[in-house]
Amino acid sequence: MEMFLIGLIAATLRVATPLIYGTLGELFSERAGVLNLGIEGTMFFGAFTGFAVAKITGNLWLGLLAAIISGVLAGLLMGFFSVRLGVNQHVSGLGITILLQAVSLFGFRLIFGEPSIPPSTEPFQRVALFGTIPILGQIFEQYLLTYIAILLVPIVSYVIYRTNFGLDIRAVGENPEAADAAGINVYRTRYFALMIAGGLMAVGGAFLSLAQLGAFTFGIIAGRGWVCIALIIFANWKPIRVLWGALLFGGIFALQLRLQTTGIDLPYEFFLALPYIATIIALAITGRNATGPAAVLKPYKRE
Amino acid sequence: MFAVQMKGITKRFGPLVANDHVDFELEQGEVHALLGENGAGKTTLMRILYGLYHVDEGEILINGEAVHMTSPKDAIARGIGMVSQHFTLVQPFTVAENVVLGYNPGMTLNPMAIQKLVKDASEHFGLDVKPEALVRHLSVGECQRVEVLKALYRNASVLIMDEPTAVLVPQEVDVLFETLERLRKEGLSVIFISHKLNEVMTISDRITVLRDGKKIGTVNQQDTSEGELARMMVGRETFGVFRDEEAPCSSIPVLNIENLSAVDKKGMVALKDVCLQVCEGEVLGIAGVSGNGQSELGRVLTGMLKSTQGKIILGDQEISGYDPVQLVEAGIGRIPEDRQSGLVGELSVAENFALENLGDYVKNGMLDKKQIREKADQLIQEFQIKAQPTDHCRSLSGGNMQKVILARVLSRQPRLVVASQPTRGLDVGATEYVRKRLLEERARGAAVLLISEDLEEVIALSDRIAVMYEGRIVGTFSARDTTREQLGLMMAGAQ
Amino acid sequence: MFKLERVPAPVWFRTLIPVLAIVTTFVVTSILVLAADANPLQAYYYFLIGPLSNRVSALETLVKGTPLLLTGIAVTIAFAAGYWNIGAEGQLYAGAIAAAWVGPLLGDFPPVLAIIIMLSGGFLAGMLWALIPALLKVKLAVDEVVTTLLMNSVMIFIVSYLLNGPWRDPVSGWPQSPQISTNAMLPKLVQGSRLHFGFIVALVMIGVVWFILSRTPLGLRMRATGMRQEAARFMGVNTSRIMLNAALISGGIAGLAGVSEIGGIHFHLIDAISPGYGYSGIIIATLGGLHPIGVGLAALFIGLIDTGAQSVSRALGVPVYLGNVVQGTLLLVTLGMFLLQNYRIIRVK
Repeated sequence: MEMFLIGLIAATLRVATPLIYGTLGELFSERAGVLNLGIEGTMFFGAFTGFAVAKITGNLWLGLLAAIISGVLAGLLMGFFSVRLGVNQHVSGLGITILLQAVSLFGFRLIFGEPSIPPSTEPFQRVALFGTIPILGQIFEQYLLTYIAILLVPIVSYVIYRTNFGLDIRAVGENPEAADAAGINVYRTRYFALMIAGGLMAVGGAFLSLAQLGAFTFGIIAGRGWVCIALIIFANWKPIRVLWGALLFGGIFALQLRLQTTGIDLPYEFFLALPYIATIIALAITGRNATGPAAVLKPYKRE
Repeated sequence: MFAVQMKGITKRFGPLVANDHVDFELEQGEVHALLGENGAGKTTLMRILYGLYHVDEGEILINGEAVHMTSPKDAIARGIGMVSQHFTLVQPFTVAENVVLGYNPGMTLNPMAIQKLVKDASEHFGLDVKPEALVRHLSVGECQRVEVLKALYRNASVLIMDEPTAVLVPQEVDVLFETLERLRKEGLSVIFISHKLNEVMTISDRITVLRDGKKIGTVNQQDTSEGELARMMVGRETFGVFRDEEAPCSSIPVLNIENLSAVDKKGMVALKDVCLQVCEGEVLGIAGVSGNGQSELGRVLTGMLKSTQGKIILGDQEISGYDPVQLVEAGIGRIPEDRQSGLVGELSVAENFALENLGDYVKNGMLDKKQIREKADQLIQEFQIKAQPTDHCRSLSGGNMQKVILARVLSRQPRLVVASQPTRGLDVGATEYVRKRLLEERARGAAVLLISEDLEEVIALSDRIAVMYEGRIVGTFSARDTTREQLGLMMAGAQ
Repeated sequence: MFKLERVPAPVWFRTLIPVLAIVTTFVVTSILVLAADANPLQAYYYFLIGPLSNRVSALETLVKGTPLLLTGIAVTIAFAAGYWNIGAEGQLYAGAIAAAWVGPLLGDFPPVLAIIIMLSGGFLAGMLWALIPALLKVKLAVDEVVTTLLMNSVMIFIVSYLLNGPWRDPVSGWPQSPQISTNAMLPKLVQGSRLHFGFIVALVMIGVVWFILSRTPLGLRMRATGMRQEAARFMGVNTSRIMLNAALISGGIAGLAGVSEIGGIHFHLIDAISPGYGYSGIIIATLGGLHPIGVGLAALFIGLIDTGAQSVSRALGVPVYLGNVVQGTLLLVTLGMFLLQNYRIIRVK
């Protein structure tokens, strides 16, 4: 039983990692007033770019850097459509997801062809924070990226609530007219927010290909981007809650994986679906418009 | 040297000339009122000064130096602050966060530190605010103080206030005036936009009157009176359409409004206990400066806003709370304040005719296109609309769009016509046509409720006139027995 | 400094946009073709002409186009009423589940009846799956984009549960449901090809939606609601009810797409009957400008690209995913163009 719990907690941290990155990214985006449905594609693109560059150069860190850059570019693209052009954010976000997924698949095929053994790379190694101390040592034997993700939560919280940049982002997401009248460049702020968002999302994807798997598969993201869309609502757009939410969702996922092996006769899909259903219920109770940043989905145009 | 000098300012929005070669000077340390009705161009002029609009012609000098503003950031840098009618505050933020937004040096934001900064500033300027309070919990008066503090915090030496008392209760107005008086003594120059004569006379040193985008004149407060200001504000040439015979209210009231109250979109009270009657064969005009509840009155009567209290009775039928379909069935013809909200621009003229009464154009469950087309042809001819039935409404001129609405409404011979701002934005020809049709309805025996910011129009067309001010009816007169001046005074809150 | 000024576009320009968009897309994506060491013009030949050059692949284009026609028109009617149905993917699977459930039980029915029952069941299932987000939207003003997206995810789990659980093939152990009875199988339209009756259903649905939108009072109300909700309300349209109806019809048609794939191609429910048809439907609806005819053409065009991508891949060695790239780019380019058509770029001093 003890082993089960320890393994569960360790797995939870691991599973939650991409969710944390992705959701923090979406946090930046939505706090600035842009619903970014391009998250699924951006994570996918990040996973691919990270893996491809890492495999070609033999350097995992270069791969991670490439992933970040690809995410920033994806954010710029979203910015172009939703901020500059002001088109419907739902459709442009989905379009970006479709495009980035396609480009990644194309790129993968182009570079690596269709080998019988999928290409792989030596992934990031786990780092044992607490050495051989029982329990703690076993739980905290995680990838560096996981520790960074956890650290990012208070950092993002600080940025959002304790910096002028964060204040600008929140102002732009709640009342762009007020922000404009106060002399803030609404467009520039949104662009920056989207660039940061894209970078974070891409790292979330790269974690999967560079750390957890050491390979890139077509199902690598498998809807985690959409989970983040649900998670941000669940977390009420607050960074600390993002961490708890990610751990909760991750925990449920890790739990059902383990339950499968123990032969308990509960459909594991039920557990997997639980977070989504819970989010729908949460939405019904609160109504998205009530709690989200007020200016989400509305492009801003000055006379 | 003037603190602010605006020379020959001209600003156009498409065909509309909002400011027509306007000159304006603000002296150091004075309170200068900018007076005029809606559409006079006051807000436009000040938005230009604040960098929100770009001028088409003219120049601006601040302390003698010619400037070119491209955004509010420029204006703020030059010491100009603006408190608009619609507060630009971020609701979920604290007062302190709102005050320092965009003006906090460095990268970090320490809540304690900025609260102290704001507290110090509020004490320095004598403005009572709680820095840690959330804006969404503040009263309107408190919000306004935050806005003023925002401007002063940015070292504004010129403060523009746009209709500041429109949202305040009398006690808060007194506090505001005390504050302005005190700040003025410390060197602040104030531009006070208003349409309320008594306040203007109380607070200002000099007054500039605008009308239809032009400057009418600038007077010293000591040398003028409310009467003279009212004359300057509303005097205008008439158009050639007016009632030719008298028609006092017959004994058959068609519309009865009792104690109607309503709140506007922001949740503030817009209508307070409104009582009105409109009789058969008469035009009752609602006069008033925009923002005094006319919009909400129109919206309640057209089924787009729910009242919070009161009754509306049409003939002998109570129609309070009826939705648009029921209102049309009951015999009300509705001309909306905003044409765009009464027509679907992307649909054709014929489709817009049919939509309101779609049941009449259905055969075997399908749209009877032939009938829709025929009706459209008929209405187009009858109402002289310059459009094809298949044209998208969006491509029509304002006048023709209004004719489409008129045609749709009047072809059903309604008992009551509610017309909100029916000639707003129309050219001379279209305006004359609309007014002519409204009078024809009156001659037919319909009751016409005319809500208009155009006082001349109200006087020309109405048998009786009711003046709205701050959500109430402050007076009802027979049109024959009143003067423009008297109405102007009532509209501006004077007695 | 440049500024965008709003100027309504002439109607003829509107119809030119899809063409312009396609051309622009091909120009942009030729970068990728070049990266694959291939000639862009040759690639686009294989894309567009190739599939039509022989009977087999031309028919295969129509096969690929069948579910696209259905999801495209399903999304269209929702979007036309202003309801952003992103859940066509889940609704498609709902229809597929219904077909897979009912299908094996129809052995005693004459084929015509069996097919009607299966189609109806799929339509109903799609409608039901669309109901919850629709109700949340009209009653509680909950954004339907997020809820329909979440429903898609939930549906995937339901499918997985069914295939790995009660519907797992007891003999082979594979995740596939029992085969539907032969009476329920959609008849082939052309011998030797995979083209099946579902194609006819799709064409009929295009016609039905066209009819609803342009010839019925419901359709006029839907379009008014989608174009200018406030004005529609002013004119007495019950916009809540209209959106709800549009959402349900949309879900039903998407469900038919699922039935079509089960009844015409796979004959039992398997894991991946839809490689994202529901999302492609959004692309198709946007490309087609929400006009049924345009949407039909757009669906067939995307079907063409899907098939063409295979031949490009075979002939020139360009990865088959070029097709997906073209689709994604096309969507974004079209979006941008539809917006820019109403603007003119002018210089501001």
